Amino acid sequence: MKELIVISGKGGTGKTSVVASLATLAGRCVLVDCDVDAADLHLIFEPKVIRREDFTGGGKARIKPGNCTACGKCEELCRFNAIYFDGPSNGRVARTFRVETTACEGCGVCVDYCTENAIEFGPAICGQWFVSETRVGPMVHAKLGIAADNSGKLVTQIRRAATEIAMKQQIDLILCDGSPGIGCPVIASLTGASLALFVVEPTVSGIHDFLRVAQLAARLDVPGLLAVNKADLNIQTTEEIEAAAVKHGIVPVGRIPYDREVTHSQIARKTVVEGSDDPAAQAIRAMWADVKRHLQRVAASEAGGLVQIQL
Amino acid sequence: MRIAIASGKGGTGKTTVATNLAQVAAADGLAVAYLDCDVEEPNGHLFLKPTIERQQPIDKLLPVVDLTRCTFCGRCSQVCRYGAIACVNIQVLVFAELCHSCGGCILACPADAMREAPKPIGELRQGMAGPIQFIEGRLNVGEAMSPPAIRAVKAASAKADLTILDCPPGTSCPAIEGIRGSDLVLLVTEPTPFGLNDLKLAVEMVRVLKIPMAVVLNRCDIGDDQVRQYCENQRITILAEIPDDRAVAEAYSRGHLACDTIPSFAGHIRALLKRLSNGTTQ
Repeated sequence: MKELIVISGKGGTGKTSVVASLATLAGRCVLVDCDVDAADLHLIFEPKVIRREDFTGGGKARIKPGNCTACGKCEELCRFNAIYFDGPSNGRVARTFRVETTACEGCGVCVDYCTENAIEFGPAICGQWFVSETRVGPMVHAKLGIAADNSGKLVTQIRRAATEIAMKQQIDLILCDGSPGIGCPVIASLTGASLALFVVEPTVSGIHDFLRVAQLAARLDVPGLLAVNKADLNIQTTEEIEAAAVKHGIVPVGRIPYDREVTHSQIARKTVVEGSDDPAAQAIRAMWADVKRHLQRVAASEAGGLVQIQL
Repeated sequence: MRIAIASGKGGTGKTTVATNLAQVAAADGLAVAYLDCDVEEPNGHLFLKPTIERQQPIDKLLPVVDLTRCTFCGRCSQVCRYGAIACVNIQVLVFAELCHSCGGCILACPADAMREAPKPIGELRQGMAGPIQFIEGRLNVGEAMSPPAIRAVKAASAKADLTILDCPPGTSCPAIEGIRGSDLVLLVTEPTPFGLNDLKLAVEMVRVLKIPMAVVLNRCDIGDDQVRQYCENQRITILAEIPDDRAVAEAYSRGHLACDTIPSFAGHIRALLKRLSNGTTQ
């Protein structure tokens, strides 16, 4: 079973449009939306949810105002500036301390050192993940709670779920839509994947961000392919990106031209290749033949064996 | 005034708006500071082309064990909620990538055998881009946690009339760390289904943090009318609508500030600045 992750470094380069099109061309695959804090793939495939699970992240602290004596120990020890002195009065003190949930990183230090036992601490439900059916096959996706953390852990969770589904249904391709950046959700998406497809736009920031995420992929031993999106916007930069890719052992597999049909397809809730046979669709079709060839040569996915770590 | 430029979706034009707004405001005589809080992929320097005057490491504190004092009681490992310390026989292992530098293990050690030592996770770069104060954080490749680096950028900022924070995309910890403490969040989006979906998530995030917000609709003529309708229903002001323009995209691709060479674009940014100073927001 092979797992292809589409990644970019910079946001908004066309990852989701490419993933959706490749899924259509693949016929049958398991789709995974690893961009758990701004997921968009479901907008194209209108998934029918068949399984829904709560995602429990790390703990969060909560001060019980009734027990707080306003001693300030928690505020003194918290390294995350998560303790605010604006909690309600409790009859004994005019103000109590309060934990700002969006800033709490769940270290539990305040809980351990509160002499009044005024701080509760427990795992917080910080999102949901879903297994759905779509017109191209099963899809695993998630919704991280607003202002929640632990996105890397959630990514590992849904990739493992996708592996199980692929094994059970004997589907030999898992197709993942990645998130921008190089931080914890990206590390969690790349680790153990068979192959990365970098979707890059020919701009100074496109190349800058691509080189950083390519370095990350190399460090994680994930081989890579390159597609330049909106390639005709700047042919010279397109060529520079392809040359840089080759130098890093990444194989260029296609140039997708700027094509307004891409946006039109998105509005019509279709993949680019379903919507039209315009230049972008043709380029993606040609690219898919190459990607398929490379997929045969790379290692199987190791996502099933990943240990879930907490970040 | 501290303005955070954010978006749920990536690639909607945060850096374009942030850098051009900085340039236009500085030309107007305002003291401007530009803070690149997108430490995973900082791009502002490509457009503002600052002269970097100071570079210093951004450190994360990691526990170090003094084995001559350690009794291998395992207390440090028990209190760590992140599983970042393991105590096995006569060894204490620290997993740097899991550690949040909370200091819990140091406090818990009954043998006084632990202290903290800095480990670089990135770099803080400061300088000037013409009259604009420039501060950038740059996370090292392979580091998973960006919030400490974002905090370092924000802590380094000096006083200015207008502080612009170019924030990372998304709605989780890095985005929140970027916008926390700002006076206004400008959400840059585009009129597409993806743009709308991610805008809704970003709006929910900003509401949790209780910060006033407004929207910039970039490439306002490429899609449909859903974002405008949404903003109207939610009573969120659209402070600027910037049309799609191949010349702007080409300037961007080369690392040029579009406001320097494209008058129509400069006009949109100047109008945005004016509306910001008039305080027309939610």
